[in-house]
Amino acid sequence: MTALTAAPARNETRAIRAVLPQLAPFLGIFALAMILPFVSNDYWALIGTRAAIYWVLVSGLNLIVGFAGHLAIGYVALLTLGAYTTSVLVAGNVLPPVPVFAALPIAAIVGAVFGVIVGLPALRLRTFYFAMSTLGFATIVTQIALAWQSVTGGGIGISGPEFPAPFNTAWGFYYLCIAFASLATWISANVAHSRFGRALIAVRDAEVAAEASGISKPRMLIAIFLLAGALAAIAGGMFASLQTYITPDAFTFDLSVLFFIAILIGGRGSILGPMLGTIILTILPEMVASLAAWSTFLYAVLLLLIVLVMPGGIAALLDFRNRRPLASNRAIVPRPAALGDIMRKSAGGRTLRLRGIALSFGNVRAIDGLDLDVKPGQIHGLIGPNGSGKTTTLNVISGYYAAKAGTMQLGDDALPPGMPTLRAVGGIARTFQTPRLIGEASVLQNVMIGGTIEGQATFTEALLSLPRSRRDERMLAAKARALLGVVGLEMLADVRADRLQHSELRFIEIARALMLDPDFLLLDEPAAGLSSDEIERLAALIKAISARGAGVLLVEHHADLIFDICDQVTVLNLGRTLAAGTPAEIRVHKEVVSAYLGG
Amino acid sequence: MFASILASGLAAGAIYALVGVTYNTMFSTSRVMSFTAGQLAMLGGVFGSMFTLKLGMPVIVGFALTLIGCALIGIITEFVAVRPVLKSLDQHLYVLSTLALALMIQQVAAIKWGTEPQPFPRLIGLGSGVFDEKFWLPVVACAVTIIGLEYLYRRTLVGRAFLAIAEDNFAARALGLPERNLRVASYALAGVIGGVAGFSGGELLLAFFANGALLNFYGFVPVALGGLGNNRGAIIGGLALGLFQQAANFLVGGIFSSVAVFTLFIVVLLAAPQGLFGAATARRV
Repeated sequence: MTALTAAPARNETRAIRAVLPQLAPFLGIFALAMILPFVSNDYWALIGTRAAIYWVLVSGLNLIVGFAGHLAIGYVALLTLGAYTTSVLVAGNVLPPVPVFAALPIAAIVGAVFGVIVGLPALRLRTFYFAMSTLGFATIVTQIALAWQSVTGGGIGISGPEFPAPFNTAWGFYYLCIAFASLATWISANVAHSRFGRALIAVRDAEVAAEASGISKPRMLIAIFLLAGALAAIAGGMFASLQTYITPDAFTFDLSVLFFIAILIGGRGSILGPMLGTIILTILPEMVASLAAWSTFLYAVLLLLIVLVMPGGIAALLDFRNRRPLASNRAIVPRPAALGDIMRKSAGGRTLRLRGIALSFGNVRAIDGLDLDVKPGQIHGLIGPNGSGKTTTLNVISGYYAAKAGTMQLGDDALPPGMPTLRAVGGIARTFQTPRLIGEASVLQNVMIGGTIEGQATFTEALLSLPRSRRDERMLAAKARALLGVVGLEMLADVRADRLQHSELRFIEIARALMLDPDFLLLDEPAAGLSSDEIERLAALIKAISARGAGVLLVEHHADLIFDICDQVTVLNLGRTLAAGTPAEIRVHKEVVSAYLGG
Repeated sequence: MFASILASGLAAGAIYALVGVTYNTMFSTSRVMSFTAGQLAMLGGVFGSMFTLKLGMPVIVGFALTLIGCALIGIITEFVAVRPVLKSLDQHLYVLSTLALALMIQQVAAIKWGTEPQPFPRLIGLGSGVFDEKFWLPVVACAVTIIGLEYLYRRTLVGRAFLAIAEDNFAARALGLPERNLRVASYALAGVIGGVAGFSGGELLLAFFANGALLNFYGFVPVALGGLGNNRGAIIGGLALGLFQQAANFLVGGIFSSVAVFTLFIVVLLAAPQGLFGAATARRV
């Protein structure tokens, strides 16, 4: 570990050089925004201010829609909420009047709370429910604004907050909004490029693997909902000031559609794309004044076209790096020897012990009284015919299924049934029968997912990119790169994972699992689909991992591999142990030979 | 007051229930929840008012044309927003494509029909007070629809084919059922049901373009309460929702009734994510 964090100064300059191409478009947009006042008139100040305000909201919403993949279609409700909260506080028709710069933070808190309330269904349910709850919220917020006349002024409305000098001129206010927009960009970029941003994408595209890496979906989403709600409410306060006078009519559902579609046009998992989308959609109706009435219709057509023709959005168009062809003759050459420098030697001593585990699906007994001991530093093979309960056993250990009977122990501690997100903390990592990776993320980012819980910085620290968060990032990236070297894929680190071959995905999953320095590694058919050369290299790699003190539980159909590297083998049939012992004993076991190996 | 709550609650509930059944009918053959469900009901009202009041047609002709129009919109939904995204169902692209189509429908209605609520004709002219036809027509329409659907699903070959596809798409296709045509047919049927909801509820909700978004939400709540694809759950959920909403409306006032419905929605989803009558989730790993 010490070797990885050394020479931070050199890393720092390299890191800056690496992000500069990504930073350039943002700096360009910022420069354009700064010179706009000198080349145009007040009309453009209005449009520019509006785009900046929309972006404050969209930058937060983008983390929900673009990164976490939850379709929040009624976010205008939070804009409304922020606008009314700020206006009512400043006007002082309920409480004593509050200065506008104090009202905005209060509105942000209110927005954050409601952001979470609206988001609650997303914690447990499928996409459509969250879309509906935001839509429902949008419907009722407008109704309340209309009906609660004593506070909101009902249909007559209420005047928006006024900012003090120098922000009370068109361009003064414009610069204030640009400042807010820049801040929002910085914050959302910090989150997106931290372990939290990666975890959001992991929950979106590979939820099961994210759980195995110890990522808790509810905690991640609540943090994002708080942030997005606060940003939306602040945008609302600015919006009310821009409008100078607000009525419920100002917050049509069309605005929601604009926010939402700006993100989709921009592309998932990008910040630059949605920013360009917001700017384009704000300017577009101004360009073609005759179409103003049809703007929502055009947005909707645009949305349909994007979904059907160009799901990647602007971001995919701008992603030049991933259009370069990959070498076709590349080979995976792992370097297990390097493992010693990277992987913590397991403290060892703990045994993973299963006793009398039973689980049935309906009337099918998938596992029926299974005993299993996985010892540290040993490779334990689990073989058996299809449907004998091998993968189910792995799923019980990693908590995806809760066994109906029996106990699991990790050393002296009981391993609670269910609760897959607690396994990573306990030092249990795994791979999957079909690799579960994030296709849209780079190989390096995929591997870094595995170390999410190793990070020290809190969400707030990541939000502000404080030193501890930057240190986490450096540590995770360096470790992931080193582990990619161990599995022999470091030259593919920056390539999108969905461009790789199947065998490469298997090795990436192993690298991801090793990010945890696991005490126990569960491998589910790691050799399936590999060439014989690759299987040999895999064998050497697995041996090196167990030599570091980790216990390996290996589910495999390649009998040669099992007998070659395992210290212990358990044979399952119909959910029961058919035989258990050393490879030499199993090879000559009569029932095993007749039931499974064939003789 | 109790009678008023009961009358308006059952009427609104029946409309919500029918929109819920519209959702379910589309869901059963395609596993897609479509945002056009509420818009179909909105169009039921708008078409009905257009044919009978604007164009002066007899009620029965206007009714038939309304249903045909809604069925066509249903079929268009299938072709434009559902079929292209069925390949990648797990990416939830249907949420976006059906939302896009729903927005187009709503926007065209707003521009061509107008953004003000417009009157809907008195269809029969029967009853007054709490027995006014605007209260009992939706309930009757809901009952007739359920009986019709039960007959279709239990007694006819097409209905059984629908059930087969809803139960197991792959097995149904392996048996040689024309899955694609049946899906189109189910979208047409959903259009008809949505049209019935809007037409029978026209006197209560008027012909108003914004009813679409409203009914999208209020029609989805019974589906969420009853469990996806469960028509019985949607009917019970819809009627219960209507009574609950109207009781809140009369007892504590208009705005709080929508707050109450929204709270109910969130609480039920958190307590029973699969709905009160729904089945457990499928295997994930």
